[in-house]
Amino acid sequence: MHPFSFTKAATTREALNSGRRGGRYIAGGTTLVDLMRETVERPETLVDISDLPLREVRVTERGGLRIGALVSMSETAAHPKVRSLFPVISEALELSASAQLRNMATIGGNIMQRTRCTYFRDVTADCNKREPGSGCAAREGFNRMHAILGTSDACVATHPSDVAVAFAALEATVQLLGPDGERRVPFADFLLKPGSTPNREQAIRQGELITAVDIPALPRPLESGYLKVRDRQSYEFALTSAAVALHIRGGVIREAKVAAGGVGTVPWKLPAVEQHVIGERPSDALWKAAAEKAVQGARPLSGNRFKVDLLKRTVERQLRIVGGTR
Amino acid sequence: MSSELPESSVPPPTGADEPASAPTRRTFIATTAVGGAVVAGGVIGGTLLLDDDVAAAEAPPESRVSLTVNGTRRTVTVDNRTSLLDLLREHFGLTGSKKGCNAGACGACTVLVDGRRVNSCLTLAVRLEGAEVTTIEGLAEGDELHPLQKAFIEQDAFQCGYCTPGQIMSGVGCIKEGHTDSPEEIREWMSGNICRCGCYVKIVRAVEQTAGRK
Repeated sequence: MHPFSFTKAATTREALNSGRRGGRYIAGGTTLVDLMRETVERPETLVDISDLPLREVRVTERGGLRIGALVSMSETAAHPKVRSLFPVISEALELSASAQLRNMATIGGNIMQRTRCTYFRDVTADCNKREPGSGCAAREGFNRMHAILGTSDACVATHPSDVAVAFAALEATVQLLGPDGERRVPFADFLLKPGSTPNREQAIRQGELITAVDIPALPRPLESGYLKVRDRQSYEFALTSAAVALHIRGGVIREAKVAAGGVGTVPWKLPAVEQHVIGERPSDALWKAAAEKAVQGARPLSGNRFKVDLLKRTVERQLRIVGGTR
Repeated sequence: MSSELPESSVPPPTGADEPASAPTRRTFIATTAVGGAVVAGGVIGGTLLLDDDVAAAEAPPESRVSLTVNGTRRTVTVDNRTSLLDLLREHFGLTGSKKGCNAGACGACTVLVDGRRVNSCLTLAVRLEGAEVTTIEGLAEGDELHPLQKAFIEQDAFQCGYCTPGQIMSGVGCIKEGHTDSPEEIREWMSGNICRCGCYVKIVRAVEQTAGRK
């Protein structure tokens, strides 16, 4: 680990001042400290933001949620309002990492976390995300865990977060605070596909601070849930996953929010699946036909062709779990 | 009750409760390793590279931090890079918490910080101003073992024992969080602790036994 200076921000203003001068914010630290030890991350100054007043979960006027950036993963998952209004968020969180890590890691940090691509973590390997222009060792390397959607010649790494898949499905908004004031960024625009600049991962500016993630209100009743498929049953990243929320009234699907994880360079929203089921009645045939659309544009690599079928089955199963077959 | 200790300038790795002159297994190994390095340096006929590095580098940034460990208030000045795990093991001589992966993947370093179980290897010590830390050494009440420590013995829930302090601290957290309604639930909520001897069945029983008594 490279040496760094350390400061703890007592106020948001103090944090922003440090951030503007190049300080790197640290919240839970579960990704950042790990990557600093591997010398993938080499911040000169760490700014501890854990004292900032961003620890509240509250229901917004219309029945959405605002989750403060510093609420831990475990507190978010256990929050009664999160559990009752958006079980998909609680389920995604509780299927992530371990109990210890969930106690440490925060919601803001979760969506800032970096890929678990082993070549990214290995400073001796070629990686355009870590060292722009050096190449991508994963393309022709061990890429079983890598992405089949949203990839580019420069990068095929997956985004590792589970709750970000739920946020993408629910069309969350990221609330940012910077030297120039507040700004709101739709979740779909917050995490960036690699393109030719895989080193740019989030639409966040130097010194900006995530203050909250907002979940919009959705029509009720709303059924939602998260399914994660992985090599071992717990404490493992997704091979594939699906976040599904459905508003069904009078036996007809009126609203559908669907996204997939473990398959995209960013959490992968599935509008074609959503459009396929809206206005229809739940049935096995509907779920199967809708899930076919989940893999539109998929470009598997040498080691992850299996993800194409696995993704279809994951989406189909989760649509059935959430929507039933009435 | 917490007692106050003056600022620690304890040279690692001697423990706080050990007489500095008595060789322990740890100091013996450390001394032997240094001796070996000196011989190697002599063979290649030059000074050790390490010396040049140290001379060239500026002193790394340090911070002063006060925290309570197992009821004892401690104040130390540490290199900012120091993890809580290294602080416990190398500065305070509390070697019960183990370094397995040093990357948050194995759970051997699990301790409680302000009552919540965390991976001490991924916790920077400088961030713990005012924190209350409980390690495996702080679990027993005098000679009376914590119920989960007793249960691990009664259930024979370990072989090599390396993961055990982390398993027990994590189990204490798991019980406190209330995730012990079934063996399946315990397994899921203890999944952050790896046991390469494969004692999982008995570990689950030990946690179950302790949770049932409460």
